[in-house]
Amino acid sequence: MKDFMNELRKEQVLKIIKEKGAVKENMLAILLAIQEASGRNYVHREWAKWVAEALGLPLSKVYDVLTFYAMFSTKPRGKFLLEICNSAPCHVAKSAVVVQMFTEELGIKMGETTADNLFTLQYTSCVGACDIGPVVKIGEKVYGHLTAAKVTQIIQTYREGAPCLN
Amino acid sequence: MSKLMPLLSANFGKIRPTSVEEYVCTGGFTGLRKAIKMTPQEIIDEVKTAKLRGRGGAGYPTGAKWQQLYDIKHSPKYIVCNADEGEPGTFKDKRLLEKDPLRVIEGMTIAGYVFNAQEGYIYIRGEYAAQQRVFQEAVDQAVAAGYLGENILGTEYSYHIHVMTGAGAYVCGENSALLNSLEGKAGRPRVKPPHLAEVGLFQQPTLVNNVESFANIPTIVQIGGEKYLGYGTPESGGTKLICLSGTVANPGVYEIPFGITLRDIIYDEELGGGPGAKKKVKFFHLGGQSGPCGFLSQLDTAYCYQALREKGLSVGSGAIVVLDESVCVIDYLLTVTQFFMHESCGKCTPCREGNKQIYALLEKFSQGKATTADLQLLQRLSNLLPKTSFCGLGQAAATALSTCLKSLRSEFEAHIAGSCPAGVCFTKQGSGDR
Repeated sequence: MKDFMNELRKEQVLKIIKEKGAVKENMLAILLAIQEASGRNYVHREWAKWVAEALGLPLSKVYDVLTFYAMFSTKPRGKFLLEICNSAPCHVAKSAVVVQMFTEELGIKMGETTADNLFTLQYTSCVGACDIGPVVKIGEKVYGHLTAAKVTQIIQTYREGAPCLN
Repeated sequence: MSKLMPLLSANFGKIRPTSVEEYVCTGGFTGLRKAIKMTPQEIIDEVKTAKLRGRGGAGYPTGAKWQQLYDIKHSPKYIVCNADEGEPGTFKDKRLLEKDPLRVIEGMTIAGYVFNAQEGYIYIRGEYAAQQRVFQEAVDQAVAAGYLGENILGTEYSYHIHVMTGAGAYVCGENSALLNSLEGKAGRPRVKPPHLAEVGLFQQPTLVNNVESFANIPTIVQIGGEKYLGYGTPESGGTKLICLSGTVANPGVYEIPFGITLRDIIYDEELGGGPGAKKKVKFFHLGGQSGPCGFLSQLDTAYCYQALREKGLSVGSGAIVVLDESVCVIDYLLTVTQFFMHESCGKCTPCREGNKQIYALLEKFSQGKATTADLQLLQRLSNLLPKTSFCGLGQAAATALSTCLKSLRSEFEAHIAGSCPAGVCFTKQGSGDR
């Protein structure tokens, strides 16, 4: 079986499309849901094809959307995206130090994925948490006032698969 | 006397955000109840009297915008709430969405009633997935309680609100780009005219207002435009949610009446609390990355649309990033320019290429390789972008640079001469987060 079929089968993709509503306006929501369900934070070309078919659009329209928005990826990433904000308020709050903490803790550079495919480190534009900068966003959660100890603890918690830190 | 004025933020942290019952206990939905007994034109007139201006950043008079749409006779009309809060340093819409979503829903519903719209859309940025969930829950509760959905409050009027997601694109905060994104396309801005009031969502007449703008509507209807205006200055009605961040003691969201000074905002104990012990403010950045920087000589300016404009400043989104003397202006502007370089949609050349060139020039300054000719080129580019870019993003991308070139020129010159006054540049490590 092809790789992408291990992650999402056609019926799963079609189910997501049905749940979100098979109309063009829901394209962003559909692709975000597929990306989340993939477990690898990406949208495979085949899944994009199924979306195009279901919405009655050429594949190029789906790819226009996939490649325009920063939250989408067409290549597999880690299960957890560690997104460090590098917009001005966080930069002033020394996000550079946080970058260093994460790269050292995980042994990867920004933009890379750990060998166990658990974490991808990347930058994000402002996530609206400038009052608690520097911050990292993981899924829906934003962790602020980061220190080295907190970074270690966050990674530990996600490794153990129980992301319920505050 | 307190400098805070909680009209919109009165419920923050005091009620369960999605509880209709608790919202009603604090006076919620009295604006809507009053509105359905008024004519649409009466409501528009109250918004005009209130002198409410768009809270997303552009500051366009909301009453005038409503009148333009009202005078257009095509239907159906659509109501769209712009919750694509992507302007770095801005996090006040997030607070409204998560702490008092029903106020936004009430405002959008009053707008729906004014324009006899059946459908409203709120476009919430993808990064705010948690807030999307809270908002959807609030919509469902409002429908269940009869304040939204079919036959609102027993009237003939029916109105639905759809919660829609973005997926990470700052440019979608531009209203026409937002509508393209809402239609399931890439969020590139549209050519205007036609204006969105004529040809908007699905080619229909459309109202697009910011979250905070909508949140003001219930209050304006409830207390009347004149009383609302009275909270602010004669030209800037009401209050503003401001977002303090950067090197300031008390970062956060505060609601202030228009008219208090920038000094109050940055230094008052109840607000910013100053830059902290032994620190000195060097400059501050107003209204988000697209806004101008302000300097110490401007601290006594009143925070309102007119007074700030007279000083070359602006309210913008309400963001106020405070920067102390440990911040290097070159390093700061590199971060700002990198943001625009990343967020430029690439549609027009001045924005796509101009930001790259500005970044490359600033980098030369930070590496001690810049010459006087580079300074002149930087100046030229900062004049070019606002004049030639296609949409607001490119037009505003060099605003901070322009203001800093004017007021902190000596710091640019110092870099040419080989010294960084803040001691940030020329170090081996550099900034490290780019």
